[in-house]
Amino acid sequence: MAERAPGTRRALWLVLSLVFAFLYIPIAVLVALSFNKGGLPTAWSGFSLKWYASLAGNSAILSAALNTLIVALVSTAIATLLGTLLAIGVEMRRQYGRGLEALIFAPMIIPDIVLAIALLSFFSMLNVTMGLQTIIVAHVVFNLAFICSVVRARLKNFDWSIVEASADLGASAITTFRRVTLPVILPAVIAGALLAFTLSVDEFIIAFFTAGAGRGSTTLPIQIYSMIRFGITPEINALATIVMAVSVVALTLSQRLNREVIGQ
Amino acid sequence: MAPALAWLTALMVVPCALVLALAFFRRGIYGGVEYTFTLENFGLVFDPLYARIFLKSASIAGTTTVIAVIIGYAAAYAIAAAPRRLQPVFLFFAVLPFWSNYLIRTYAWIVLLNREGLVTQLLRWVGYTGEPPSMLYTEGAVIAGLVYNYLPFVILACYAPLSRLNPELDEASRDLGASAATTFRRVILPLTVPGIAAGAVFVFVLSIGNFVTPALLGGGRFQMIGNLVYDQFLTVNDWPFGAALGIALIAVMLLVLMAQAQFADRAAGRTIEARGGANG
Amino acid sequence: MSEPRTLLSIDHVSKRFGRVKAVEDISLDIRENEFFALLGPSGCGKTTLLRMLAGFEPPSDGRILLDGRDITRTPPNKRPVNLMFQSYALFPHMSVRANVSYGLEMERLPANEIRSRVDAILATTELVPFADRKPEQLSGGQRQRVALARALVKRPRLLLLDEPLGALDKKLRGAMQLELKRLQNEVGITFVIVTHDQEESLVMADRIAVLRDGRLLQCDTPRAVYEHPCDRFVADFIGVTNFLQGKATANGVLAANGVKIAGKVPTMLSLGADTVAAVRPERIRLFPSPETANRVAGTVEALAYQGLDLQLHVRTALSDKPILVRVTADAVDRQPVSAGDHVELGWDAADVRIYAD
Repeated sequence: MAERAPGTRRALWLVLSLVFAFLYIPIAVLVALSFNKGGLPTAWSGFSLKWYASLAGNSAILSAALNTLIVALVSTAIATLLGTLLAIGVEMRRQYGRGLEALIFAPMIIPDIVLAIALLSFFSMLNVTMGLQTIIVAHVVFNLAFICSVVRARLKNFDWSIVEASADLGASAITTFRRVTLPVILPAVIAGALLAFTLSVDEFIIAFFTAGAGRGSTTLPIQIYSMIRFGITPEINALATIVMAVSVVALTLSQRLNREVIGQ
Repeated sequence: MAPALAWLTALMVVPCALVLALAFFRRGIYGGVEYTFTLENFGLVFDPLYARIFLKSASIAGTTTVIAVIIGYAAAYAIAAAPRRLQPVFLFFAVLPFWSNYLIRTYAWIVLLNREGLVTQLLRWVGYTGEPPSMLYTEGAVIAGLVYNYLPFVILACYAPLSRLNPELDEASRDLGASAATTFRRVILPLTVPGIAAGAVFVFVLSIGNFVTPALLGGGRFQMIGNLVYDQFLTVNDWPFGAALGIALIAVMLLVLMAQAQFADRAAGRTIEARGGANG
Repeated sequence: MSEPRTLLSIDHVSKRFGRVKAVEDISLDIRENEFFALLGPSGCGKTTLLRMLAGFEPPSDGRILLDGRDITRTPPNKRPVNLMFQSYALFPHMSVRANVSYGLEMERLPANEIRSRVDAILATTELVPFADRKPEQLSGGQRQRVALARALVKRPRLLLLDEPLGALDKKLRGAMQLELKRLQNEVGITFVIVTHDQEESLVMADRIAVLRDGRLLQCDTPRAVYEHPCDRFVADFIGVTNFLQGKATANGVLAANGVKIAGKVPTMLSLGADTVAAVRPERIRLFPSPETANRVAGTVEALAYQGLDLQLHVRTALSDKPILVRVTADAVDRQPVSAGDHVELGWDAADVRIYAD
């Protein structure tokens, strides 16, 4: 850009500072208060790790965390397999029908609450017992869509003639996939999987509607939601800090692997 | 690809069709569903009581959209004007909060805005002695929470066209005699409208159907469509009406998306002659 | 003939970016109605100088005067100077007409005047049939004309053109060189063009300034720059030249194998210094008359037919590289040569330029 007047430059830096302050102050306050010694959720009274310790002894939270991990791992695994195959199928045939596109895109844009009530109605009409299994099945729906779109982005610049070259050199379809196609798309597959894992760990509304009645299928976001409804405690601050740290690490990894993910 | 499509069909298309069907049935006397055809549920959506909630939701979503777009565009502009090597870093940190848990980001605002929160303490620190202001559980709190949650997306959507803009266009406009403000209004803004529209539609659609933010920051004191749907399914047990509300929500969303597509088409085909006199 | 009026004075202008000196102490006067070329290899500072004239970069030192008025700190939108960008920088969301009108709207002229001036310039640049198209619907040559029309319609005191023909293919470029020259005559506006193409500057410009590493080497008419390059770099950069290395003597150069080349030695060269003698290929004759000052025997290595004339590579005792000779085709018709022939080359002492090596 043309050289800017110092006044303009200062104004632009000011805008950036204000926006980043707006984005990070709420989170920073939360993280800071998780290390607060006192029981008051917002008044600082000294550094302490006791709320992290009390989390470790809270069996409801631990079991919710375990449930979340199960849901996220299983749904991500299924979605990665299905989403990758879908992406390859769509891109290889290059038959992008409008209906097909809509079907793949829909899970990403349907309001969560609508998908949630749809699945709830569906499961209860079929008399399916709701629990972790229904959450997993539901999470696969949107995870699949996200993974598919990440892998497709990578496949857009994929030179399909190398697949033909591999076949020409005598490789079977499976060998070609394993030795040629997969290595090329692997970073995108892993990036998509990490993204899906993060989304699944954080997902609340659909899990809330499809978890069923028992406490046995409470996930971490459901647990956090009910804790927040009861009021603010330093324990939530500590829990929130841990959850955010996990998401940030997963996202950073995903970013490293696939620079395009953020633009999806 | 067949298993994936089967999965999507069985667990998205069929359930959504079910919701559509449900909306045309009658509520049973003891909750549950009575399988007789009716249009009552849609009639109820337009009942003044519920129509008001729809309008309220739309106005909150609209306000959120306007604020988020203004802040987000300014931020995206500042990032695009920053030195090249810093831009990816700024962008990454602008988007990072978006990937942390939605509930937690909303909860952070409870911590900030509650009666003994940071904002109150700041007020005390500058000498305010009166009653703590009630900021939590207001419409303002809901809007602040929504803007906070969706701002990163707007920044991302606006940054894309701004960073693709040829810097020589800005120089060409200045060279032809335009001031910085005119250059912005007649060259930069029109060329980045698609990004703004994409960001705006996203924020509006997600805000109007939102359920968590009004529940937590609105304190259940006032309702948006999302909360209404929630209540019908999990509290009042009137699934057919809840389904009708869900369908209405989808309809609003489709309407907005169609308007955006229309707008994008027009923006692409527009010539400037119509606006030529504006400056003459 | 009266001396033409000076329009633009570049007065000891320098530009540094951090530690990099992009332009160093350049002074130039550009005259009214002149077609002026800033010529040099990439990185020589010519584009930086142009951007300073347009107002996008403030000089680190020195002044820029237009019509005697100091415009060094005047912002680009307040200068009666327009720039035609290398990328053309057409507004993609505006039609051709809207692009061209834009600059006049900024002057807040009445709508009917804008319309008539835009119509006139569209006619001059033969763009009338494309007035309602968007830039993306135009060919490269048409876009170039829109960029030109958009700048010209403002009737600037000075039009700056940054590599205006760089994006065009070779054939179109030749046509546009003459077209630009015709337009410049027609509108009577001073043009300053930046180019790295020496041939282009020779064809179009009234005067050429040759730049290298931010410094001005020579500023003169194309003919003078071509015939009397001020140093070895300019001689090499403009046109094609044979360089013959040797030591300076009182009346020429002592080249390889004791061959003497007669020519005027500049006074600044001391006897015995490393020097280079430059001879243009078209100044060398085959089969020279006996009284020719410089004569040397050689063997024809290769011939290349180039339409009107013929290029010969002749191996001589003068240098390691073969000497390039350009003769007209009909001269060869009279006295045929072919590869392997022994020939004698000759040229006058007045056609030899001698530089420090």
